[in-house]
Amino acid sequence: MIHITNLSKVFKSRQGTITALKDINLHVSKGAVYGIIGLSGAGKSTLIRCLNMLERPTEGEIILDGQNMTTLSGKDLRRARQNIGMIFQHFNLLESRTVSGNIAFPLEIAEWSKEEIDERVKELLPLVGLEDKASAYPAQLSGGQKQRVGIARALATKPAVLLCDEATSALDPQTTVSILGLLKEINEKLDLTIVIITHEMKVIKEICTDVAVIDQSQIIEQGSVESVFIHPQSSIAKEFISSVLPNDLPAQLLRELALHPHAEIVKIHFLGSTASEPVITDLIKQCGVTVNILYGSIDYLRSTMFGTLTLELQGSPDSLADAYEYLHKRNLKVEVIRNGI
Amino acid sequence: MGSEFLSLVQDPAYWDSLAKIVPKALNETIYMVVVSTFLAYVLGIPMGVFLVITSANHVLPNPWVERTLGTIINIFRSIPFIILLVALIPFTTMVVGTRIGTTAAIVPLVISAAPFVARLIESSLKEVSHGVIEAALSMGASPWQIISKVLLPETKSPIILGIAITTINIIAYTAMAGAVGGGGLGDLAIQYGYNRFRTDIMIITVLILVVIVQGIQWVGTTLARKLSHR
Repeated sequence: MIHITNLSKVFKSRQGTITALKDINLHVSKGAVYGIIGLSGAGKSTLIRCLNMLERPTEGEIILDGQNMTTLSGKDLRRARQNIGMIFQHFNLLESRTVSGNIAFPLEIAEWSKEEIDERVKELLPLVGLEDKASAYPAQLSGGQKQRVGIARALATKPAVLLCDEATSALDPQTTVSILGLLKEINEKLDLTIVIITHEMKVIKEICTDVAVIDQSQIIEQGSVESVFIHPQSSIAKEFISSVLPNDLPAQLLRELALHPHAEIVKIHFLGSTASEPVITDLIKQCGVTVNILYGSIDYLRSTMFGTLTLELQGSPDSLADAYEYLHKRNLKVEVIRNGI
Repeated sequence: MGSEFLSLVQDPAYWDSLAKIVPKALNETIYMVVVSTFLAYVLGIPMGVFLVITSANHVLPNPWVERTLGTIINIFRSIPFIILLVALIPFTTMVVGTRIGTTAAIVPLVISAAPFVARLIESSLKEVSHGVIEAALSMGASPWQIISKVLLPETKSPIILGIAITTINIIAYTAMAGAVGGGGLGDLAIQYGYNRFRTDIMIITVLILVVIVQGIQWVGTTLARKLSHR
């Protein structure tokens, strides 16, 4: 759906030149929810603005829904933009228009007829759960409701892609969850491709299928959310992941373990269906090892179960070998934290 | 003074004499103010819009247009009205065919008010956040759609308040229009009240002006509040 090739953006000012994006290559397939995460100033805002040419790239090419965005201008660009919805951190609604009026706005720009607009607005209000707010003004709405209007407005022209620019950063945690839920629902229901930029790993964990980590104007890591969560390469990715899935063993536990220098300690990562299999029972029954659960967590990546368990294993060298073989057969990623003896 | 005033207001001939001059002056003032304000906005709105959209990071950035237009506006705003009134006489004659009278006074009033209006419009339109404009651009809005569907509708309230300010300013300026025979209440106050020591006429005209100014401000404030949805 979106192909970004060798994209660069350099800002020139009297103070000098600033490279905001350096040689970005990205591919977003249809129906994906692609998260781009980075710290502030990493260039992610510039990147998403390049997708609809709010920011003109200095170099490179962007093909979106079969159209080369970088070559468009004037009327052609405006038409192409009607195929790309966008929502914003600060909502950017028109204060002088009601909820219905705001949703109708992009349709007026696209020169739909009055009847078509009314009909489309009536379809969109229930989609975002705002049927009873149709004639309210933005000033009368909460942040979450404003973003729902933003989403309805962005979807009005039935775009192929939805761009989310820090769409939940101005919302409280509970509202964030409900807005992310809505985006996920829309992604599934309409098979809409979504690109999200954020600095919150929580957003990636909740709804994204793919993720790219951007740092100092470059993409340093990308892949499916599962693969990046299980095998993060860069230190920044690891840091982001630990912000939502605490990875370190609690200090108290580490102190206790120091008293048993000969214990064998392993960390097992579960993903998807393996998370619900009786691994520990099998280890005890089939391999004859004693298992002591030290620490564990279970969470979801979008809808995939994802968990880690830190275990202390005790048994003869043979039974321990059996245990490892069993774990490998199950396709579980095993990390030996400490070898016993 | 007291008994003198009483005998004056009881004299029907006194009221007859007022009826001959006050309503005529009031009509002249209303005519000059309404037409001048309207024309000042016809000229001022496009100027204000251009000032805003050609500024940096706006929809049609063009530093050359912005600077030239800004300078012209500043020049006209810095010329004292009474000098503009005289300096514009040849131009006025060209436009309306005469250099004296109420209609002739409208030309300098418009020329002096339009740049002021442009600045008022500019400051109103700049209240629209960059984010809202960016949102409209992201939907594929053209510069004209951004002007007509975003900038102007979003700033109805401050624009209405600006109209009240402009109208009241123009009322004050019409007093000086007497210099080119424009007539009006202000001129009446000067001609009768000041030059001929008719304090009563001075007071009456000033009272009428106070009521008009209060009324305009009230209408402006009320309308602006009604149109604001913040």
